[in-house]
Amino acid sequence: MSILIYAEHDAGQLSSATRSAITCAQALDGPVDMVVCASDCASVATEAAQIAGIRQVFTAEANHLATQPPEGVAWVLESLAANYDYVLAGATSHGKNIFPRLAARLDVQQISDISGVIDAQTFVRPIYAGNALATVRSHDAQRVITVRATAFEPIATGGGDASISPIEPGSDSALVEHLGMQLSGGEGPELTTADIVISGGRGVGSQENFALVKRVADHQNAAVGASRAAVDAGYITNDYQVGQTGKMVAPKLYLAVGISGAIQHMAGMRESQVIAAINTDPEAPIFEVADYGLVQDLMGALQELDGILAESPAPIGESA
Amino acid sequence: MKVLVAVKRVVDAYVKIRVASDGSGVETANTKMSMNPFDEIALEAAIRLVESGQASEVIAVSIGPDAVQEQLRTALAMGAQRAIHIDASADLEPLTVAKTLQALCARETPDLVILGKQAIDDDSNQTGQMLGALQGWGQATSVSALEFTQGKAIATREIDGGLERLAVTLPGIISVDLRLNDPRHPKLPDIMKAKRAPIEALTLSDLGITANQRLEVLEVREPPTRTPGVRVDSVSELIEKLRNEAGVMP
Repeated sequence: MSILIYAEHDAGQLSSATRSAITCAQALDGPVDMVVCASDCASVATEAAQIAGIRQVFTAEANHLATQPPEGVAWVLESLAANYDYVLAGATSHGKNIFPRLAARLDVQQISDISGVIDAQTFVRPIYAGNALATVRSHDAQRVITVRATAFEPIATGGGDASISPIEPGSDSALVEHLGMQLSGGEGPELTTADIVISGGRGVGSQENFALVKRVADHQNAAVGASRAAVDAGYITNDYQVGQTGKMVAPKLYLAVGISGAIQHMAGMRESQVIAAINTDPEAPIFEVADYGLVQDLMGALQELDGILAESPAPIGESA
Repeated sequence: MKVLVAVKRVVDAYVKIRVASDGSGVETANTKMSMNPFDEIALEAAIRLVESGQASEVIAVSIGPDAVQEQLRTALAMGAQRAIHIDASADLEPLTVAKTLQALCARETPDLVILGKQAIDDDSNQTGQMLGALQGWGQATSVSALEFTQGKAIATREIDGGLERLAVTLPGIISVDLRLNDPRHPKLPDIMKAKRAPIEALTLSDLGITANQRLEVLEVREPPTRTPGVRVDSVSELIEKLRNEAGVMP
């Protein structure tokens, strides 16, 4: 049984979700190849080739693949798919965008967002915003799968020496023109891989107050998250949203400040190791899942957190 | 411009779901059912295109048993010009839905298909992309802003790192995210009028589609539950516990 993994990348680096997909693939027991689609594949391909257990890395290099468009990437994956029993990617915005196109072209019913592997054809996936877990058996000859990154530890680089070979990248379908990106990243650790996430909700009250959430997070080298209500209210941009339609996170500590705990929000953080919540409302549903709960005025609590943590911040170089 | 919107009947977003004790699935009997919230947003976007003179017609389609006519009546009351019910079982897989919509596109030749980015029951997030591939059309998924110029849809997508802007050649596929718009609540006279409006009836076999199951659901169970922990009385106590008891804060 052979496995092909789509090597998603961001700013010239292999994405953490792809590393989780590789860990997932180890449960399927077969040689693992990877394919990089980019305008310049070298750095990502080298990174992928150094991961233990990877047999071969293919590179599809062309300008039209620079932004990993679904039309172009699905074409590349389809050109390789006949040789594989499984094609996997992380269930990220790229994975979700690209893989159903591939599945339809292969006439395969995709299995989205799996959180467990039972056997070669049987998988577990969350449904209803994670309020139920379905065990599903695929009757297709090939399997097209996206993997929930929080369910599998990302594999580290090292110990691998895969060969890298270029393949035909195809041509631009010209169906879609890329006009631009507005990326807000660059501040603090990545939300989906941070050890600590501090999230604010509508209760935080304003964009200015949200700056205090960010400052508290900075003291701990934590990532900032938000509920949908906080994003809708304009306190922070969409890419910070945690939940059913936002990002899935599973940090060591998830601290929810002013988040009531809608099921759609809890869908994105319920796998966290420890959940702590601060809310003014003692009846807020977030307390039903919180390991530690504090009922207090939010601004007062944030200022106290800021004060205490400013005096004893996370040691430099510690990623927690 | 003719716009096709597919709407799915799902357990209402505000209902706390119940997993059947025999593990067969999620209870839907005697449960409030609604139009998938993302599909409502798709429909609202399409209706606004007609209201602004950019589209001539919105066709709402739903695939499922007779009960889905309730959601089609809601679509008509919101402002869709036509409604099509394609009779099928309630548990069609995304690939079958995409093939059914492909067959419907061949009959109706829409210039644009707007879909919700995912259904809140199976959370698959597949149908729009699959239809795009089957039709050989370009796509923009998770769209939070949309305008039209010179035969193209200019779409802003919500992606992991922020936002991406695309120009999609029409005909094309748009799947919508939550922040695109706030869907209207239909007015009573429109609801009354929609009750008497015709709904066109088709079957899967009319469209040459066979619903074969590729993904068998063996079991549905509740996720491991988290139990409420302890209440603390102050920020300093919280930090102390997170550091020394849980060991998750440096």
